[in-house]
Amino acid sequence: MKKKRPILDSTQIDISLHRLALELHEEHGDFSNTAVIGLQPRGINLAKTIHGILGEISGNEEIKFGELDSTFYRDDFRRGDKVLIPNSIELPFSIEGMNVILVDDVLYTGRSVRSALNALTDFGRPNRTELLVLIDRKYNRELPIQPDYTGEAVDTRTKDRVLVELDGKDPMVWIVTEETK
Amino acid sequence: MSTLSTKHLLGIEQLSRADIELIFETADNFKTIINRPIKKVPSLRDVTIANIFFENSTRTRVSFELAEKRLSADTVNFSSSSSSVSKGETLIDTVNNILSMKVDMVVMRHPAPGAAMFLAEHVDAQVVNAGDGTHEHPTQALLDAYSMREKFGSLEGKNVIIVGDILHSRVALSNILCLRKVGARVKVCGPPTLIPKYIEELGVEVEYDLDNALKWCDVANMLRIQLERQDIKYFPSLREYQMQYGLTTDRLERIGKEITIMHPGPINRGVEISSEVADSSNSIILEQVENGVAIRMAVLYLLAGQANIDE
Repeated sequence: MKKKRPILDSTQIDISLHRLALELHEEHGDFSNTAVIGLQPRGINLAKTIHGILGEISGNEEIKFGELDSTFYRDDFRRGDKVLIPNSIELPFSIEGMNVILVDDVLYTGRSVRSALNALTDFGRPNRTELLVLIDRKYNRELPIQPDYTGEAVDTRTKDRVLVELDGKDPMVWIVTEETK
Repeated sequence: MSTLSTKHLLGIEQLSRADIELIFETADNFKTIINRPIKKVPSLRDVTIANIFFENSTRTRVSFELAEKRLSADTVNFSSSSSSVSKGETLIDTVNNILSMKVDMVVMRHPAPGAAMFLAEHVDAQVVNAGDGTHEHPTQALLDAYSMREKFGSLEGKNVIIVGDILHSRVALSNILCLRKVGARVKVCGPPTLIPKYIEELGVEVEYDLDNALKWCDVANMLRIQLERQDIKYFPSLREYQMQYGLTTDRLERIGKEITIMHPGPINRGVEISSEVADSSNSIILEQVENGVAIRMAVLYLLAGQANIDE
């Protein structure tokens, strides 16, 4: 039996995102030397939303925005039961010397962030790289990677799954647990 | 659909349309990568690939080697002229000796049709066919179709002519199979002696008059006359061939429409295609070469990715 339990509803998501945006604004000022980069595939929508809010609160409508795919840098290629299919990369600017905010929906083992950091290195040397996640699944890390900005930190078990739905009318974050009897 | 339906790339014949689309979509990603300052990704860093060429090659060999290096694979190169093949070793022995040095994939070109399939059945490695005699040259067909897709968006309903030595051309056969699978219409054109019998069974039409073929087509893929494979005289002289089937500016002006010009190389300038046409703005010959690396990266990546997956 699978059980689905809400972690954040649409209002809470909205509040979290605005809080994160204000934290970023505090840290990065007018974002003249900062880029927001979403991680493929599930960090893109979140990154777009954050990017939109940042534009409103900072007054800078031209904050650089990119999409990074790290499929070719993953450490489980030829190890799993499926072929890893890449997504597109959109980085129409140089990240050399910039402050980069990587955005993903869920931080879990840290492996995809590790691969994203490697992928980023192949595009240049940023001044500083930070990580923003909506959900931080604590105590599940397999690498020494921590977020700089967190929407919500949750305790989960390995078997659980965190489901982030930002597309629809009513954004929700769920935790899906396997019931044991 | 996120894996290829095959563990080897032996020919276009074994690929489904979904396979071809998957290769194209993956190649799009690699094309982005090979156009950035750092053209390399670490995906295949634990894979060793042997490039075994029993026939001459410039483009295909360099292209495969670059593709492998840009995927961070280790490569060994081997050509028949400098090997023990000339001492009488059999193909399977040669390849098994190379494989015992822990090689995962073999890219092979061989003058015998079916050599790649034979190898795939007898050795424990993934095989990529880089041309087997007059049979198939799948990566060339994929990069040709990919280049057309890049130009037109979709190949559905596009008219393509393949002109020249259809009889001896593995590029022609692979191209016909690939273009038919992605929905293009194909005509072949050349002297009757160089058009194989029953070629209509592949779903293509035969046109002996180049002007008529050009009036019909969106793309003209010009092939080289493969003199090295011709055991007898198939036409009176190269000059006469050039007059009948050579693509020149005069001929194109007479037709008076935009036609995309392709050529798999090597070009015999002044025979099947004039220098002006080969270097004109409608020619995508050099784009084909560039796309070759992206397509080969996609093929190697997708095959390597499913090496350890049980069917």
